[in-house]
Amino acid sequence: MISSDPPSPIPLLQAEELAYARNDEPVFGPLDFTLNAGEVVLVEGDNGSGKTTLLKVLSGLLVPNSGKILLNGEDLTLARLSHQVALLSHLGGLKLDLTALENLRFAIGVFGLRSGAAPLPALASVALEGYEDVPVRNLSAGQKKRVALARLLLVPAALWLLDEPYANLDKSGIDLVNRLLDSHARRGGAALVTSHGAYAFTSGTPRRLPLRPTP
Amino acid sequence: MRYGTTRSACAAVIRRDLLLTWRRRGDALNPALFAIIVVVMFPLALGPEPNQLANISAGIVFVAVLLAGLLALDTLFRGDHEDGTLEQIVLSPHPLSMLLASKILVHWLSTALPLIVVSPLLAEMLHLPRQVMPVLMISLILATLLLSLLGAVCVALTIGMRRSGMLLALLVLPLYVPVLIFAAGACNAAQLGLPFLAPLLWLGAALALALVLAPLACAAALRISIT
Amino acid sequence: MNTLTLWFHKFGSPPTFFRVTALLSPWLFGAAFLIGLAGIYWGLFVAPADYQQSDAYRIIFIHVPCAWMGLFAYIFMAVNAFIALVWRIKISEILAMTSAPVGAFFTAVTLATGSIWGKPMWGTWWTWDARLTSELVLLFLFLGVIGLYNAIEDRRQAARAAAFLALVGIVNVPIVHFSVSWWNTLHQGSTVRLLGPSRIDSSMLWPLLLLALATHIWFFASVFARSRVSLLELEGGKEWARDIALATEHGHE
Repeated sequence: MISSDPPSPIPLLQAEELAYARNDEPVFGPLDFTLNAGEVVLVEGDNGSGKTTLLKVLSGLLVPNSGKILLNGEDLTLARLSHQVALLSHLGGLKLDLTALENLRFAIGVFGLRSGAAPLPALASVALEGYEDVPVRNLSAGQKKRVALARLLLVPAALWLLDEPYANLDKSGIDLVNRLLDSHARRGGAALVTSHGAYAFTSGTPRRLPLRPTP
Repeated sequence: MRYGTTRSACAAVIRRDLLLTWRRRGDALNPALFAIIVVVMFPLALGPEPNQLANISAGIVFVAVLLAGLLALDTLFRGDHEDGTLEQIVLSPHPLSMLLASKILVHWLSTALPLIVVSPLLAEMLHLPRQVMPVLMISLILATLLLSLLGAVCVALTIGMRRSGMLLALLVLPLYVPVLIFAAGACNAAQLGLPFLAPLLWLGAALALALVLAPLACAAALRISIT
Repeated sequence: MNTLTLWFHKFGSPPTFFRVTALLSPWLFGAAFLIGLAGIYWGLFVAPADYQQSDAYRIIFIHVPCAWMGLFAYIFMAVNAFIALVWRIKISEILAMTSAPVGAFFTAVTLATGSIWGKPMWGTWWTWDARLTSELVLLFLFLGVIGLYNAIEDRRQAARAAAFLALVGIVNVPIVHFSVSWWNTLHQGSTVRLLGPSRIDSSMLWPLLLLALATHIWFFASVFARSRVSLLELEGGKEWARDIALATEHGHE
């Protein structure tokens, strides 16, 4: 898939001939695509088409069997993840015994802090004011997702990899995700979003990256 | 942007794990309780004869501590793996080995330290001569640190398995053999009035080596087994 | 690309490996069988009886080659594990994982024959001798590798995890041996020494070496045969595997 008019000469993320196989069964690929700063791309595909695996490969958690991933034109290796990528996986990555605020502080400690961001305003912008000191265990599934989204707002990553961010969210939650994606794109960030349902983005139609099970 | 240093990232891991231990402070007593139960079994099985118990007391204490540590190993990464925070730690831009070393340190503090604290009680129950007690304490500290570091490498390999208990014991046991031999050997030597410094120094040397290598090996193992 | 890497890539490609080992296998099994038979005949009937142990010593013709093979298998496994982890060569993964059960078998035979030998010699089935104990730990190491390999779903990932364990183990083997020897002197346990090959008479040495050769060849024959099965399982969907399946089908018609 080729982007129509790239705003910057070096794309934020570039995948060349990217393929991943498990037990020698191809999961996805070979795949070619670019993601420019300011873009949000929706990864579409049925269950088992390898959406989650694609995000894990792009984040560096899994090593692709073939192909290249370029991040800002540089080869992505585990060592050079360098604060550029944030992954929201279906596991959430939250400690249930800790409060929302403690979870966010841990994320900041491990990933760093985006300039101008702070935990409390971030919680406020995902509509969780007043829940700072509630253990995550006591939050609803949707609220947990919001805490995980607040983490994305805090860490200095330009590339968001969101695995099923709309799951467990109500109408206002879906709007919230879209708003966050919008403002992230406007700040010069980019995001790859997986979804197996058809959710309307607020601002126009996003680019789509279809994934099909390899025969 | 504030990226933070590796030191601050390690501090964040330590702070979080200590906090989690504190929130579930009841669990921290489990290994110690388990060790006490194991030790109680021996006099019941062997008879209450003090001299007989004293002869094998150091060995029993070490086996009890080793088994308790083996049971506690499972908790090192399980929680983090299940809720996805392990993924986040692996994705962190800081050296994974340092973050894991921090985790191992807190795990040692929360599982092995209580064991060391109750060990005088265990030794007393088995009539270990008083003069051997300092040697027992020192070798326990060295041995449990080694066990935590070596165990972490093995447990990193079994991550994601639902029932890894027996397998973990099989993987860990060959690595624990030298530690057990030197640690219990030091105590036995002290009990017999023989020089006991050499095995302690060997344990110290092994610990120095493991402190450097085990976190690296643990990180490598984790990268292999996380999917 | 130098000759060695070229050779690696050529022999390391699954179809080539499959074809070459298919040609080699019957010869290896045949050679191991014949040499082994000759060695056993020489060892059991030709070699003179020991002046101390009379005929009971003859078990070393099984025991010692198996003991050597156990260690050899572990080193072979660890070398392949290293290659598999560093260069991600699939054949090495398979060779490392298939040599584990063979090595475990040799180690188990060593322990069993040692124990049978121990009964008339030492008057006990088991003694906490340094070598016996190290051998037992070696068996545990093998079993750990096999267990880990079988416990992980993804075959490639399982092979890498078990290969890593094999490498950890190879560091551990000398440490275990050293610690067990130290422990043995501390406890002043049995001081019975096994026959060292250097003190052995040449009439007994030759059948021993012959049997050692036979077990080595048998090891490779067995590992290759197992590897071919694993390879077919792993690459069942690939074209070359289907071609072979079709070819054998036609051959049977």
